[in-house]
Amino acid sequence: MTAEIGLPEGAPPDGRQLPVACTDLRVSFGTVQAVDGVSFSIAPGEVFGLLGPNGAGKTTTIRVLTTLIRADSGAVSVFGYDTRTAAMLVRHLIGYLPQQLSADFQLTGYENVWLFARLFDLPRQQRDQRIREVLAAMGLDDVRERLVSTYSGGMVRRLELAQALVNRPALLVLDEPTIGLDPLARGDVWERVSELREETGMTVLLTTHYMEEADTLCERIALMHHGRIRSQGTPAELKARLGPGATLDDVFRHDVGTAIEDEEMTGGGRDVRRTRRTAQRLG
Amino acid sequence: MSAVRVAQPSVSADRWSPATLMPPWWRLYPSRILTFWLVELRKIRHDRTELYTRAVQPVLWLLIFGETFSRIRAIPTPPGISYLAYLAPGIMAQSALFIAIFFGIQIIWERDSGILTKLMATPTPRLALISGKAFAAGVRSVSQVVVILVLSAILQIHFNWNPLHLLGVAAAVVLGAAFFSCLSMTIAGIVLHRERLMGVGQAITMPLFFASNALYPVKVMPGWLQGLSAANPMSYEVDALRGMLLGTPTALPLDFGVLAVAVVAGVAAAAALLPRLAR
Ligand SMILES: Nc1ncnc2c1ncn2[C@@H]1O[C@H](COP(=O)(O)OP(=O)(O)O)[C@@H](O)[C@H]1O
Ligand SMILES: [Mg+2]
Repeated sequence: MTAEIGLPEGAPPDGRQLPVACTDLRVSFGTVQAVDGVSFSIAPGEVFGLLGPNGAGKTTTIRVLTTLIRADSGAVSVFGYDTRTAAMLVRHLIGYLPQQLSADFQLTGYENVWLFARLFDLPRQQRDQRIREVLAAMGLDDVRERLVSTYSGGMVRRLELAQALVNRPALLVLDEPTIGLDPLARGDVWERVSELREETGMTVLLTTHYMEEADTLCERIALMHHGRIRSQGTPAELKARLGPGATLDDVFRHDVGTAIEDEEMTGGGRDVRRTRRTAQRLG
Repeated sequence: MSAVRVAQPSVSADRWSPATLMPPWWRLYPSRILTFWLVELRKIRHDRTELYTRAVQPVLWLLIFGETFSRIRAIPTPPGISYLAYLAPGIMAQSALFIAIFFGIQIIWERDSGILTKLMATPTPRLALISGKAFAAGVRSVSQVVVILVLSAILQIHFNWNPLHLLGVAAAVVLGAAFFSCLSMTIAGIVLHRERLMGVGQAITMPLFFASNALYPVKVMPGWLQGLSAANPMSYEVDALRGMLLGTPTALPLDFGVLAVAVVAGVAAAAALLPRLAR
């Protein structure tokens, strides 16, 4: 079975603008400084990973980037468009997979993607074909007329990927795409993402707290902790500093001072609760 | 496993412009409202049991409350109009109200899952998103109108079955449901939690219903209640419905004017509070 996933349609033609440029971002919720001076940029075609334990501030950073919330200070631009002043355009350029389950269980797979095709103003003549393309690319061809409430967790996640791809985004933003999935389904999701990446050269920003996944998938990563980026580089660069045989877990322990698993216990309570709920819904 | 083949990028300078991505607002808003409308219709189609269970309550009101009160003749009705006929438009508005109040709960549910997050990250302005949801509530309410009309026909209530009037009836109910769903979504934006919204929802739906002309004419109410009723969009909705279905004297322009203004205010209020739900 083959499927065509087109390249970004919305991306500005000149390659000069960075897909993401984030400078000195700060976001607080009451007394919690969720993001505390984060700067990074993503080059065209790059797979960039934000890594860190629960509560590190990854999702908050992404929510600023996707125009869902406003930063207290600092700026993010997407392909040169400021997320504050050109929010609607920025949204047009992004395909976004939120951390929580975001497919509508009361609709079929096809209808879920159809909803997003309409919300991204895809011309009517292209809609059906495009929806079938992305569903086929995510291996959901034969279940597209089924209600999502009958899908497995991995299928739901792949459907959400299809939703995020239907507008042929110039930038794909994946927030913990494998959270709550069993190892098999996780592997499947990652396989689809890397397939897509290889074929389209799409720029991808993803977050995860599974270090080994980031290691294999990301070209560049930023380790985040307590709202700050502690180190950035290619996985190879980061590991090389610690000598041969080092893993990203070792890097995290070295740069942050604690192991990522210990952090999981203490990190953002709200996020852990929500994630659990997601995991429960995924069954 | 599917292989992904890539369409060659054909990004040319002339195709890239903000204008080609975004339709003008006068196309954007109707398009978004239509989208949420269609989605709601699909949901109704997929879950017909909800349609049937929702039909139970208005049927009970008409059959039990309506028949009983017709018999005891406790409530004065305009000459030549039975109490059952007088009550039916009120029950129409009431069942639309109950459906609409549910929409705030739904938006909180959508926020607790990631649905709302994802919707809000699409190029859909907040006002368009809320308008879409509000008119989706309208679509759902129209199904109740159909139920009550059918039941009224069975009970041989003498309505004006002129199709134009029936369209007007649908319009009034859609506006009423749109307003009350915005009220509910506004409260959702304030209280933020489902349990609290259910509490508030329960606390306000009955007063909204009783402080209106849905069950009895305004003139039998005590003065303070008449005041409340005059400020309650529900009364204007019921008034319009009675005017169109029963031919009672009504000021339709006033009724529809009040409903339209209420909807605009409701959409604005709910949209203003939407960012709180996105946090
Ligand atoms: N809406 C919110 N209200 C209050 N606190 C929040 C909110 N969102 C995130 N936080 C807090 O901000 C911190 C960073 O959260 P988040 O960005 O979700 O981290 P991550 O995605 O890395 O797990 C956490 O301490 C979290 O509890
Ligand atoms: Mg997160």
